[in-house]
Amino acid sequence: MSGVIQNPSVKVRIPTPLRKLTNNEELVYINALTVDGAINALQTRFPGIQERLVDDKGEVRRFVNVYVNEEDIRFLKNRETPLKDGDEISIIPAIAGG
Amino acid sequence: MKALKCRECGREYPLEATHVCEFDFGPLEVAYDYDRIKKSLTKAAIESRPKTMWRYRELLPVATEPTVGRQVGFTPLIKADRLAKELGIRELYVKNDAVNYPTLSFKDRVVSVALSRAKELGFDTVACASTGNLANSVAAQAASAGLKSYVFIPSDLEQGKILNSLIYGANVIGIKGHYDEVNRLCAEIAGKFGWAFVNVNMRPYYAEGSKSMAYEIAEQLGWRLPQHTIVPMASGSLLTKIHKGYQEFVKLGLVANSETHIHGAQATGCSPISVAQKAGLDFFKPVKPDTIAKSLAIGTPADGFYALKVMRDTNAAADDVTDDEIRDAIKLLAETEGIFAETAGGVTVGVAKKLIASGKIPKDSSAVICVTGNGLKTLDAVNGYCGKAREIKPSLREFEALLAQQEKVNA
Repeated sequence: MSGVIQNPSVKVRIPTPLRKLTNNEELVYINALTVDGAINALQTRFPGIQERLVDDKGEVRRFVNVYVNEEDIRFLKNRETPLKDGDEISIIPAIAGG
Repeated sequence: MKALKCRECGREYPLEATHVCEFDFGPLEVAYDYDRIKKSLTKAAIESRPKTMWRYRELLPVATEPTVGRQVGFTPLIKADRLAKELGIRELYVKNDAVNYPTLSFKDRVVSVALSRAKELGFDTVACASTGNLANSVAAQAASAGLKSYVFIPSDLEQGKILNSLIYGANVIGIKGHYDEVNRLCAEIAGKFGWAFVNVNMRPYYAEGSKSMAYEIAEQLGWRLPQHTIVPMASGSLLTKIHKGYQEFVKLGLVANSETHIHGAQATGCSPISVAQKAGLDFFKPVKPDTIAKSLAIGTPADGFYALKVMRDTNAAADDVTDDEIRDAIKLLAETEGIFAETAGGVTVGVAKKLIASGKIPKDSSAVICVTGNGLKTLDAVNGYCGKAREIKPSLREFEALLAQQEKVNA
């Protein structure tokens, strides 16, 4: 067998405030091994998106919630959360109480 | 209103239905022209107006006269001498939003602002993600304003809170998950449909409504700030807005700049903010909620950072209470003051008791407890914990026998 082993293909849901950077695309498919890798892959495709999501120390901004398959990554392995084919990442701003 | 402004970076945005800074996702907040407000908003002007939250209208984010919920607010501030004696504090007040109009919780304040503003912006459909009280208020006030409404709630809410939304003809959607999951879904829905989501895209306006509780407390105390205020925390928004309300009154010269501490109360089964506060942290760790105080069951509190900051800045404390302590506190408030609060009120009274006992609120001081919701909506929580009615035949003899038996028990 030949060919390069591809990183898992995952779907990313882009929130409204970031769609100016993704040419209004709401769903984006990328290949990445971890959430961190996914943020890097997004940055390669949509320059400028990384600094919206992480601060200068590389931490996910405190008002950004990231979910993998509907689970908050803070209940998983944060940025090191591993990804597999078909996973879905949602990026969602924190919202108020109710 | 001048503009919307990011709380994190200060970037300004137009006064539209938008809630997040495009740059850093920081929450947007309404900015005001206080120099201008100072000219018209005097004590005399306020006192001449109707007794509703709208007597402080210049400090609430609507462009014209409010059109929804004009009768909301100005709930009683009760001097709670019997409860004060039980808790061992010199002076105690209860701000009783359990009797707010029209749906018996403090949420009537925020919804009145959000829907008045939504109408100004031309929306015909309003929505919310809710732990119950907000849904009730959106459903009721949308009905009276002739707006369509969609309310999203965790499907395992108290029956009372579900019926209290359905009765108004709202579209009630129960989500199989906890509030944080409802929230996540609603953030996605809000991006897709052109609705006024009161706590998503209308949040900057909505959240400001909570400040009216602080204004009323200060005015009802005779134009002064309380030494201590105890506030329940779900997302932490109310606590930060009470603080903002007090500060604005100081800025406008309506009250003296006296020392004021704003303490936060949570349920032990969902206590990300109080745990962080007690550990001296300025950030919190999200949790999965498990508590009877469902109205406070938010595991990822959006305003948690700012609530922690307010408690730090006002040299205040936080604590949390178990389900049993919550029920005991609901009973204590009912038996001493005749006020039946929902579970969140039990949390606040229970935490006040703890903070007074530990000396974090000194016994010789004066405090205000914020009761934000009505016990009639969370009957499930106390059912089986407050005894049972004793049944007899309609006979005087049976009643006398019952009394005699009771005297024996009490003897």
